[in-house]
Amino acid sequence: MYRYDEFDHDYVRARVSEFRDQTRRRIDGALTEDEYKPLRLMNGLYLQLHAYMLRVAIPYGTLNSRQMRTLAMIAERWDEGYGHFTTRQNIQYNWTKLTDVGDILDALADVEMHAIQTSGNTIRNVTADHFAGAAADEIEDPRPTAELIRQWSTAHPEFAFLPRKFKIAVTGSPNDRAVTKAHDIGLRMVLSDAGAPGYEVIVGGGLGRTPMIGKVIRDFLPKADLLPYLEAILRVYNLHGRRDNKYKARIKILVHETGIDDMRAQVEAEFERQMREEGGPLVAPDPEHVARIAAYFTPPAFAALPDRSEGLESAMAHDAALKTWVENNTSEHRAPGHAIVTVAIKGTGEAPGDATTAQMRVLADMGEKYSHDELRISHEQNVILPHVRKDDLPAVFSALRKAGLATANAGLITDIIACPGLDYCALATARSIPVAQDLSRRFAAPDRAKAIGNFTIKISGCINACGHHHVGHVGILGLEKSGIENYQITLGGDHTETMAVGERAGPGISAEEVGPAIERLVDAYLDRREGENERFIDTYRRVGADPFKEALYAA
Amino acid sequence: MARTFKPQIVSANDLAIGDVVYMNSGGGWTRKLAEAAIAHTPEEGETLMGRAAPQQAKVVGPYLADVALDDDGRPFPTHFREKFRTRGPSTRPDLGKQSANPERREPLAASGGI
Amino acid sequence: MPLITDTGFAPDDSPALIDMEALPDAGEGAALDLPLDADIAAIVPHFNRLALIVVPFPSFADGRGFSIARRLRALGYRGRLRAAGHVITDQYPFARFCGFDEVQISDILAERQPENLWLDAQGRAVPPFLKRKARGWT
Repeated sequence: MYRYDEFDHDYVRARVSEFRDQTRRRIDGALTEDEYKPLRLMNGLYLQLHAYMLRVAIPYGTLNSRQMRTLAMIAERWDEGYGHFTTRQNIQYNWTKLTDVGDILDALADVEMHAIQTSGNTIRNVTADHFAGAAADEIEDPRPTAELIRQWSTAHPEFAFLPRKFKIAVTGSPNDRAVTKAHDIGLRMVLSDAGAPGYEVIVGGGLGRTPMIGKVIRDFLPKADLLPYLEAILRVYNLHGRRDNKYKARIKILVHETGIDDMRAQVEAEFERQMREEGGPLVAPDPEHVARIAAYFTPPAFAALPDRSEGLESAMAHDAALKTWVENNTSEHRAPGHAIVTVAIKGTGEAPGDATTAQMRVLADMGEKYSHDELRISHEQNVILPHVRKDDLPAVFSALRKAGLATANAGLITDIIACPGLDYCALATARSIPVAQDLSRRFAAPDRAKAIGNFTIKISGCINACGHHHVGHVGILGLEKSGIENYQITLGGDHTETMAVGERAGPGISAEEVGPAIERLVDAYLDRREGENERFIDTYRRVGADPFKEALYAA
Repeated sequence: MARTFKPQIVSANDLAIGDVVYMNSGGGWTRKLAEAAIAHTPEEGETLMGRAAPQQAKVVGPYLADVALDDDGRPFPTHFREKFRTRGPSTRPDLGKQSANPERREPLAASGGI
Repeated sequence: MPLITDTGFAPDDSPALIDMEALPDAGEGAALDLPLDADIAAIVPHFNRLALIVVPFPSFADGRGFSIARRLRALGYRGRLRAAGHVITDQYPFARFCGFDEVQISDILAERQPENLWLDAQGRAVPPFLKRKARGWT
């Protein structure tokens, strides 16, 4: 894992005092609320419906046990005993007091964490594949790249007041678990024809009011050119991105209105200009520094093990629940005899992504004892134990089960993504969590969920789409209609490398109607699929939307 | 052609703790909607907002919200968003104004440092 | 309307500003009021006659001026560069980094954000990547 250098340490501490000072100036009137708001947002602090919410960055989703314990401590000491893991690999505390935030930020700094640029019109905290460094299909670990971007983007003086927020995601695997095509910039690690490592650069993706799939602006960018190239994209965006309408201010609209070819020409010209700049480009990382960062992400020394664990096999033979969990919640690891464990933060009837202090501490213990002291947060709002010996899976399962964290639903219909919605969020137009809870209960029977197979439901409580509803196999968008909550259903979305934006099925329906409608939809799918391995999305693509629309509105 | 004016109250969030507050008849702030000053005309609404404007050091984002009045003349929210603001998260009845001890957090605090 | 530099507030000593249309006829030592949507490449040939370029900040939240300043400096402008309008103290180090020499604000804003706050702002933390750059790392 990356360790702070002296500059990180100094800077994060300085930012805490700066934030305290800004808050004092807000209270004494030197700063108006309009001026203070972007400054607090840059430090992760929102004002929600009922209280302040602090969004803490978990850099590219990676943390160690000590950091997880600190997150638990913060929830206990300054919040209400729980935190919410988000679709951007962050954790949110929903009940912080303005006057406590400085102390919370100091506690985070103690364990090399912060809340910088988790919000605001800034380059947001960069996200990456949550299986990084563990996945069997990985070309290269994306985390050194993500860390380099973090170092460059943190407090970049030119890009602190962008037209709108700016999100960057990195993946090192052909299986895109980082949703790179739905980001302002997506980076996919690729090899050139000559075998040199670099990036495919995707720009202008995004969800929100106008969902767009990112477009390739550069097929192959040599690794060394990354930061000057990012700087070029950001400068073109900062100068020309629309500032007249916040719903048209993201780079996706600039790319759409300018056209990708013209955009590419502008970015390349800006890039060339920087490369010719006196004294070289502002940011051109020394290869030694890059190598130093990469060294922090050297994989742990995995024990040489046979890939098949006899202990696990025999335990599974006697414990059907264990077997189901292993089959469903573990993924293939690059090292033989190891597995990647997905811990569901989606117990039946619970709010997706919410973890209690006790659960966070159990997760910290599991990470420390069984996963080389590493944990990850996924954009699906689950926690990952990236490096677990197969021999240890029975013990891990048993400990997780005691903590209510062993639901075997990774990738299944109850592995629902949901934003906080109108239960917390000031921007929301309707609630998300109760809808997720209802669906989670309806499909709670493990056999049925397993029979349905891979099925993603994603729920957003407003058009901003924090719940990624556009790219759910089934997307649910909560809106207001004539003074009541109303839900629009989209079908056929896909967040992976075959990304697709879902199609609206028809008129919105009431909260009470959502559950029964989705049950009918699932029955229609089960009736029509060809074989048990045909996923809902495959059936949908094969037979089209009509039978599913019919099922949704059959009542 | 008199437009029917819905009674309104001024709501905001407390600067220090973020909790929902309402302007009372003294121009101060209360955490209980029942204690809110009610504007029965647009002019009264403007007067209340005028009182809120200089209070940036205490509250954030004051605005007028529609209410209805019960038989005793007490205000209650008409929009579901405002209903949630008088209670707390619908999924966590143990938290927010609806909880057993809603005032465990001190509003308008000068308490402690920053 | 005070000017703010690293030494604090100073009175406005600027010459009368000219607009883009007057630029081709501008004499030595002219001061240009640069619109935010100006074609920066078009003013490069006039750099040596310009003593001052003023970049407007219609709102502190509009960060275009930062990129304009960086581009002007990258293209070789060496004269005085001013950020004028709604700039807040927290942005002073950003403005300096991007190539501005000075900031000009309204009297009303100066009342709310007096000289001492602008001087304090200079002590703000330098972004870590700049420190790393000083080490030759990035």
